[in-house]
Amino acid sequence: MHSSFAHLQGEENITEARGTGVDATMPFGNTHNQLKMNYTAEQEFPDLSQHNNHMAKVLTLEMYANLRDKQTPSGFTVDDVIQTGVDNPGHPFIMTVGCVAGDEETYEVFKDLLDPVIEDRHGGYKPTDKHKTDLNPDNLQGGDDLDPNYVLSSRVRTGRSIRGFCLPPHCSRGERRAIEGLSVEALGALDGDLKGKYYALKDMTEEEQQQLIDDHFLFDKPVSPLLLASGMARDWPDARGIWHNDNKTFLVWVNEEDHLRVISMQKGGNMKEVFNRFCTGLTKIEELFKEKGHEFMWNEHLGYVLTCPSNLGTGMRGGVHVKLPNLSKHEKFGEILKRLRLQKRGTGGVDTAAVGGVFDISNADRLGFSEVELVQMVVDGVKLLVEMEKHLEAGQSIDDLMPEQK
Amino acid sequence: MASSFARVLSSKRKVGILSLVGAGSLTVGFFLNREQHVKAGAHVRRIYPPSAEYPDLRKHNNCMASHLTPAVYAKLSDKTTPNGYTLDEAIQTGVDNPGHPFIKTVGMVAGDEESYEVFADIFNPVIKERHNGYDPCTMKHPTDLDASKIRGGQFHEKYVLSSRVRTGRSIRGLSLPPACTRAERREVERVVIDALAGLKGDLAGKYFSLTLMTEQEQQQLIDDHFLFDKPVSPLLTCAGMARDWPDARGIWHNNEKTFLVWVNEEDHTRVISMEKGGNMKRVFERFCKGLLEVERLIQEKGWEFMWNERLGYILTCPSNLGTGLRAGVHVTLPRLSKDPRFPKILDNLRLQKRGTGGVDTAAVGNTFDISNLDRLGQSEVQLVQTVIDGVNYLIECEKKLERGQDIKIPAPISQFK
Repeated sequence: MHSSFAHLQGEENITEARGTGVDATMPFGNTHNQLKMNYTAEQEFPDLSQHNNHMAKVLTLEMYANLRDKQTPSGFTVDDVIQTGVDNPGHPFIMTVGCVAGDEETYEVFKDLLDPVIEDRHGGYKPTDKHKTDLNPDNLQGGDDLDPNYVLSSRVRTGRSIRGFCLPPHCSRGERRAIEGLSVEALGALDGDLKGKYYALKDMTEEEQQQLIDDHFLFDKPVSPLLLASGMARDWPDARGIWHNDNKTFLVWVNEEDHLRVISMQKGGNMKEVFNRFCTGLTKIEELFKEKGHEFMWNEHLGYVLTCPSNLGTGMRGGVHVKLPNLSKHEKFGEILKRLRLQKRGTGGVDTAAVGGVFDISNADRLGFSEVELVQMVVDGVKLLVEMEKHLEAGQSIDDLMPEQK
Repeated sequence: MASSFARVLSSKRKVGILSLVGAGSLTVGFFLNREQHVKAGAHVRRIYPPSAEYPDLRKHNNCMASHLTPAVYAKLSDKTTPNGYTLDEAIQTGVDNPGHPFIKTVGMVAGDEESYEVFADIFNPVIKERHNGYDPCTMKHPTDLDASKIRGGQFHEKYVLSSRVRTGRSIRGLSLPPACTRAERREVERVVIDALAGLKGDLAGKYFSLTLMTEQEQQQLIDDHFLFDKPVSPLLTCAGMARDWPDARGIWHNNEKTFLVWVNEEDHTRVISMEKGGNMKRVFERFCKGLLEVERLIQEKGWEFMWNERLGYILTCPSNLGTGLRAGVHVTLPRLSKDPRFPKILDNLRLQKRGTGGVDTAAVGNTFDISNLDRLGQSEVQLVQTVIDGVNYLIECEKKLERGQDIKIPAPISQFK
């Protein structure tokens, strides 16, 4: 997969477009005008004194001054990148990212801002580092024997963006519809156990809607101000929809937070099977797109390119719902997860609390490790957590089971 | 206070803007005076034809959706105002908020003064529908802030608990809340509070910036019912008005707490005059005096309000064009409000009722917020007189019902005088 930038002229700053005289093609929000260049950088610089997000930590006045007259070829500006971070100062305990990409070139044109944000968010990942992609499920060892008495369900999700199209914060209705059209066409060609059906949000019947809710597949219009402030919810529900296979084990969200969100899941602890289907499905979808002359946004530095910098690299979260009532009360639970490079969430997803001792345990990393490596960490880590849980149930100590820092 | 350089810049700002920005990005014809015609800005390059971009409005019920045909969309979709505001931005709120089957919202906003010109093909029919037939192409809007013309306007406090008049004003040359940059918004704040600081006598007051106010100040403003919050209505947030909150937002009020100005909320300014009790005449007098004085003060610095004779005062939402004025009272009408003829009486008097919590609230007890229905096509004096005459009639009805007498539905008053 080569960089998308190669097709542009080979001068320095090839992906920058000077404001004056360039046709901005995707107008949204105030920033597609040169009006702000009438004011100094100081006059325009946001007040970030109350803010606690990655963008606010990195963005200096000098950096803003250097970046504010640039835009990507589709017209995305630094103010567009940071709007969500300006509007959402953040939480004292949770560090949000505070910026989004409007297209693939955002990560290049605004690298002065996004490289340090990425480095901060992804554990020291440097601008010169390379990211490895590995979607060969045969490289995963084990993973088919997680104890179903403890592991209730297994799931792997990621996102994909279609090269050449703007991302959800910036795309026009025409673009979003084209993305939907291409995606539905590609998904429609899947067969075997991947064969399925697409439900457009605006056309679905009441029965279909209820079924999707019962299956926990239906996604709603975003309500989080983090998402709304970036413009991702515009024109809802136009060109949004859900596709899933007949077996209900492979699911694709179209035009929600990203062009595509791809989810493989099933009850029980057979993560290997889930990952197998995940890789097979993704690879097939990619082939189908290529047949039509499209490819996914990817480069060897950032891996798969998605809207939020937190989802770069693999964009992958592989995890299980697992019963750990004893272990979760142990004083070393947090430390154990940290060493295993895992994170916990409630079973309602990010920002929810655990119910009945059941936790969502998944990989903490996204970038700098391959898909296989991350799922391996989950599989090995969860195996250990379950063993620890069994020890504690039996009244035994877990001290000699403590893992090393991965 | 502004430096000498800034003063020069300010007084020449209308011309200065053109010279600061590179050639080609702003056209000639920037709205300098009270002229009507404005040229559009640079065309926007589209990758898709208008037919592929046209929004799906089949489930929509707002004024924009009623009038935005594919043909109108195609004609306007590649145009921009000199500031770069586009049709898609103007209609975004109406696309995102299909509306309610019973309440017809407007569904579009202006990003700057020129929006009303550049996108006249959609704004004009929307304005006509929202303002009950006012035709911007053929009619003129009268402005009259001479409070001495008001007759009556002192209601009995047995019935009228409070009186209030509000409007908005926009500073010409600066973009409106859906589109303004942070620096523009801060400039609005600076210009406005600079002028308000020049008010004297019973109008002398103080500014409370939302970013800087202390806990005590905040609590006092809440207790006074002055404090406004970050908008939560998707009608507003989808239009982009809440960006960068609370930067450059604030509340100014006079020491007597009878004259209040909101800065950079839904409009550049919202101006409110109010008192407990029924002295609407005095409320309106203070309203006019304050507005005219603020206008004089900004003109001293080379600024002016957005206004033209077609649309009157220019505000963000087309529903607030003309006078932008809502004059009303909180009035107790225990018997009349239960009479089935009440809605028709209000209708013929060209009044509307709301709950005392404002638009979309229900009435509590028998107390209603009664205000003028119209905004555009009649002057401030005319509208306030309509409210005064109407409320007098309502109180007369209430008294008659108290005495066991019957009431009459009045003949409908004419809308455009």
